[in-house]
Amino acid sequence: MTEMTETTELYQLTLTEAAAKLQSREISAQELTAACLDRLESTEPALQACLTVLADQALEDAALLDRAGPDPDQLLWGLPLTFKDIYCTKGVRTSAASRMLRRYIPSYDAEVVTRIKKAGAVVLAKTNLDEFAMGSTTEFSAFGPTRNPWNPAKVPGGSSGGAAASIAACQSPGALGTDTGGSIRQPAALCGCVGLKPTYGRVSRYGLIAYASSLDQPGPLARRVIDCARLLQVMAGPDDRDNTVSTRPVDDYLSARPAPLRGLRLGLPRELWESRLDEETSAILKAALKTLEEAGVELKTLSLPHLPHSVAAYYILATAEASTNLARYDGVRYGHRADDPQSLRDLYVASRSEALGPEVRRRILLGTFALSSGYYDAYFKKAAKVRRLIRDDFFRALEECDFLCSPVSPLTAWDFGKFTDDPLTAYQMDLMTLPVNLAGLPGLSLPAGLAPGGLPVGWQLIGRPFGERDLLGAGLALEEAFPPLT
Amino acid sequence: MIEMEPVIGLEIHAQLKTATKLFCSCPVARGDEPNSHICEICSGQPGALPRLNARAVELAARAGLALGAEVNEISIFSRKNYFYPDLPNGFQTSQLDPPICQGGGLAIENQTGGKFIRLNRIHLEDDAGKCLHDEQRGQTLVDLNRAGTPLIEIVTEPDLASSAQAVEFIKKLHEILVHLEVTEGRLEEGEFRCDVNISLRPAGAAYLTTRAEIKNLNSFRHVGQAIEYEIERQTGLYDQGQPVIQETRLFDPARQETRSLRSKEEAHDYRYFTQPDLPPVVVTPARLAALRAALPPLPGQIRSRLLAQGLTGEQAAVLLDRRQAVEYFDLASQIFDQPGRLAALMTELLLPACQRDNISPLEARLTPATLAGLARLMADNTLSRRAAYDLFPELWEKGGDPAALARARGVTQVSDAGAIAALAAEIIAAHPAEVQNYRAGQTKILSFLVGQLMRRSQGAANPKLAGEVLTKMLNE
Repeated sequence: MTEMTETTELYQLTLTEAAAKLQSREISAQELTAACLDRLESTEPALQACLTVLADQALEDAALLDRAGPDPDQLLWGLPLTFKDIYCTKGVRTSAASRMLRRYIPSYDAEVVTRIKKAGAVVLAKTNLDEFAMGSTTEFSAFGPTRNPWNPAKVPGGSSGGAAASIAACQSPGALGTDTGGSIRQPAALCGCVGLKPTYGRVSRYGLIAYASSLDQPGPLARRVIDCARLLQVMAGPDDRDNTVSTRPVDDYLSARPAPLRGLRLGLPRELWESRLDEETSAILKAALKTLEEAGVELKTLSLPHLPHSVAAYYILATAEASTNLARYDGVRYGHRADDPQSLRDLYVASRSEALGPEVRRRILLGTFALSSGYYDAYFKKAAKVRRLIRDDFFRALEECDFLCSPVSPLTAWDFGKFTDDPLTAYQMDLMTLPVNLAGLPGLSLPAGLAPGGLPVGWQLIGRPFGERDLLGAGLALEEAFPPLT
Repeated sequence: MIEMEPVIGLEIHAQLKTATKLFCSCPVARGDEPNSHICEICSGQPGALPRLNARAVELAARAGLALGAEVNEISIFSRKNYFYPDLPNGFQTSQLDPPICQGGGLAIENQTGGKFIRLNRIHLEDDAGKCLHDEQRGQTLVDLNRAGTPLIEIVTEPDLASSAQAVEFIKKLHEILVHLEVTEGRLEEGEFRCDVNISLRPAGAAYLTTRAEIKNLNSFRHVGQAIEYEIERQTGLYDQGQPVIQETRLFDPARQETRSLRSKEEAHDYRYFTQPDLPPVVVTPARLAALRAALPPLPGQIRSRLLAQGLTGEQAAVLLDRRQAVEYFDLASQIFDQPGRLAALMTELLLPACQRDNISPLEARLTPATLAGLARLMADNTLSRRAAYDLFPELWEKGGDPAALARARGVTQVSDAGAIAALAAEIIAAHPAEVQNYRAGQTKILSFLVGQLMRRSQGAANPKLAGEVLTKMLNE
């Protein structure tokens, strides 16, 4: 968390810096992996960002890479990276932070894992999350929460909280997370790093343990915008194993350059800027907007009238999909099975009740209800209609500006336990991020500044469908104006 | 007492004839080790996603085209949610609205005349696995080899009014789908199974009453029997003034009765909703036109043609019922154009042998050319029917030229009138008493004399010719 100096430790290198040094053989894959593992070992007791650390395997893989030598076509050659523990990794436990899967070892790699490995990366660890990615703090991890590196008394955000904390603490230069309602962007904001949620369909979901299929999207977290560009370059693209992925060719994200701030048109959704932000967040972001204006950015307040309904619509649609996505965890073929069930029904009820945590059970119940005969029209069907209206709002707004810009979280990182008994308020915390998932758009979360209390404040840019390259260009420009925190 | 009439609708599940499953590349195979054809997709592992088998979509569309249904340009997969150990995802992937095909129908004929049975819909869905109950160990084991096998469900309107009509309908439907290679249709393997919805109403009424559903009938006979039983059962209830309960019933062939499985109150709430992992299924007008153009003639059209070629109704039915039999027949009759003779050889010898060895006719060593040659030898009296049938097993094993084989075996028939006349003279000389009786009017004795001639010729004489020559000489 310092400026680059001559004495920069290896683990502090950004992903792009490390990639260059690896390619020039200034450093070896083993040196970098070892440095990251040391850093991980020293920070992990306080953070608990990782559920599985692949120390031996990572060093072995790095040694193999070093023996073969760097390959300029491998964009991630020698880089030790982490995966949220919701990406299936062949032969390596993939738990989704659930007691249900605490001993589950997949027989296959997720498509993103395959691509990242093929690009020469080393898998360092599997990071913590809220159980099945349901939550915004990692407090719902069955294996205990991750702590915020800026203040261990605070949550790191979630659900990709382990990934964000790990990046902010320089355990690794890059991480792979997932974003269903803000699960990459919000922890990136709370931990002061950069997180990108790509357009729905830009990245294959194959092998990603499903929470809400029509909203889930894999994405990168790192300490710089250009690092996210490099990771996305490897992740993105058609995959015949995921029929919802787009066949559109992938743009050249690495060639993204900072967009000129003068004349850049940023739309500010009134419904998000006028919602209740805490004082620190509000102050930092208002000052940041002023800086942008002085640099020649055209700020335009506009309205997305259906946004106030987005939390309700999201928690019906996402939980409905979740309720059937999680039906496979029945204790029959794998995962937790209750001891000595008395009947088939008992096997299901006991296995699921014992092994699924409170938030997961709550969402399964909500979603089952929303799909039930007699309630479907009033809930699921209406929520699907609201989703279309919200999408239309975004598309209309994006005709009037280049990007939308909003806060990411109404609060800076909060204390543990603050909302655990108040799920409705906790759900409201997602208001800034989840509409972007409902609309299927790309969103980039990056730091806007550090609050006086010493906690990061983030904001997000929202782009047009498949406009990741332009979005990264705008992000690079903002990054120049607002220096990175880590 | 009011006269009641049955109202019957059918739901038929036909397994599509694809090499791989509906949503993964595991083979569709039977009879192998349990759980030997599974992957992360069809076993419902975390993170796995379905990818649609395009061939299954084509076969479903083909079935729709053949049945006069409208093939929808866009159809949607839904999740049908329920828990069962053989259902790996906790939901079946099926189509609710819109399905791939809507409407259409099939004309049936029976004693009461012709009738058009309307179809409501055809939709695509995946099959479940199987639970194997080990009674000895008190265990239930799950085999997922079948999980993910592609099916179409064909739903009729309630247009059927008797068990005979229902059986006639499914037989005809089965014939068409097997013929089009939409399904292999092996009933004993459960590749073609039927649910029956049945209710009674006052004769001539236009409304529907409470129905019972009989699940999972996998033989034509059971469909007829289950309907008969159910009509009797429901009639009994009406006669006693008791209501018919909406419920699902199972047919027990051993006891010839249906039993309640679950009532409406116990019915699942399937919580259907659009399957978010699959985009809408698209059959473009161009694709549909190509499928229509590639549609082979339907069994009804082929039957008419075969009858016009001189086959009996029964021969035509047997040929249509067996895969590749019509193709084989057509190839053989291009070589030797005596369709009736060829059809007889096929239905009496070739097709039973195929069935016994479990191969299709075109896989046999006995090629259409060989069969045509055999028919030709019979037609020109070189081989007797008996000799031809005696040669068949060797031809079936080895194939080859039947004329050469007949010569090698020395079974070619004597059709030379002079040679037969010499034999006839010997027989007449050897049996003076019989000859006298014949000439006295006991003409039945002719067959005895023909038999003696055949014996003396060691079966080589043409029996028809022998009869003619003997008759002529006895009457001289």
